[in-house]
Amino acid sequence: MNLDDRPKLARKARVRLDRIEQRHVLLSPERGLELNASAARIVALCDGVRTVTDIVSAIAEASGAPPETVEADVLAFLGDVEARGLLERALP
Amino acid sequence: MTAPRPYTLIAELTYRCPLRCPYCSNPVALDHRSNELDTADWERVFTEAEALGIMQVHLTGGEPLARKDLEKLVARARALDLYTNLITSGVPLTEERLDALAAAGLENVQLSFQDHRPHVADAIAGYPAHAHKLKVAAWVKARKLPLTVNVVLHAANIDEVASVVAFAETVKADRLELANTQYLGWALPNRAALLPTREQIGRAREQARLATQRVGNRMELVFVLPDYFSVRPKACMDGWGRRYVTVSPDGLVLPCHAAHTLPGLRFENVRERGLGEAWKGSEALERYRGQGWMPEPCKTCEHRHTDFGGCRCQAYHLTGDIDATDPVCELAPAHSLVTKARGERAAEPLRYLHRGPPARA
Repeated sequence: MNLDDRPKLARKARVRLDRIEQRHVLLSPERGLELNASAARIVALCDGVRTVTDIVSAIAEASGAPPETVEADVLAFLGDVEARGLLERALP
Repeated sequence: MTAPRPYTLIAELTYRCPLRCPYCSNPVALDHRSNELDTADWERVFTEAEALGIMQVHLTGGEPLARKDLEKLVARARALDLYTNLITSGVPLTEERLDALAAAGLENVQLSFQDHRPHVADAIAGYPAHAHKLKVAAWVKARKLPLTVNVVLHAANIDEVASVVAFAETVKADRLELANTQYLGWALPNRAALLPTREQIGRAREQARLATQRVGNRMELVFVLPDYFSVRPKACMDGWGRRYVTVSPDGLVLPCHAAHTLPGLRFENVRERGLGEAWKGSEALERYRGQGWMPEPCKTCEHRHTDFGGCRCQAYHLTGDIDATDPVCELAPAHSLVTKARGERAAEPLRYLHRGPPARA
């Protein structure tokens, strides 16, 4: 995943709230991936319109964390979700 | 022990199916038509499943399309916010019905193919289904529904993994499952005709590895290893009565689709108890949860936390003892049953005992 890519969830993936644990889960045909609060925030911004840079700015602004740290975390997380086949890059 | 929280409901809506695959996981001895749960029963089961913490439902069978109320059940599952996956042969499906299922909120279609070569596929299925399946795959993609292609691997097609991957790409599968046959149900009497050699499995695995590299993120590729050639048993169902709950067509609350073939276990029925109560209070489910039931060598084995002692159905159907260590494990006292089976090969390919009613005398 690069900074100018526009990530969006794969069609087979969907986020829902786990009512029992009160956290978000990324569901796909054979799996459920538990998301912590920051992961859930990142996934919610993957709309195929925002670039990774946009997502990093939004997260950095909301959390007050340094953008360089946020950028590394966001790229690592998105790379992991993409490797699981749950994230796509919207065509420009 | 306290019953763990299940995440996935496997709803076996029916045992009816037009296909006659020789590796079908449905029980061999079975009354196929009578006594299925009705629409209201399943709607209640879905509601109780969601209350129990389940977030995902697989609608399977048999062939779930054989049920006229499938659209209603999909809609009910979605109303409960369950991730709804249809596991189907594609027979019989029409475009109109697929429209109705999509409108009801279906989220993923898992379509089986028996092979990429039409004549071989139809010979394996014991039914001319391949041409129709190709249409179904195109209809699914035309509706922008995610498509999983599932191909069960065995002696007749395991050398074809590279071609099967290419085939899955041509039908634009989002996900491809290459699942080696599990030798239970109909696959056990057909074992000598289905079991590949260790060399074949090695080559197939390598082909799958190369294909995974080649397709990258375009298609998710899953290669399910065959336990007959493993050193340790599989963590069957991620542990008995742990993450998955299966409800059979007639309402039994099971840890897997085959457990009602085990003698001496009385499983609860959703007709008599709610799913939550059945899950938590079932003696049969409780019996193999955790590690208390384990014999040696499992009881003190370092792998018991990850493989849960293997598969109870396999243990029983191979050794006659439900409590035995899964014979697939090389530490199991009965391991020679598996090593011996590895050497048994049928003389003729594609000669199977097809699933179906027994021939009349």
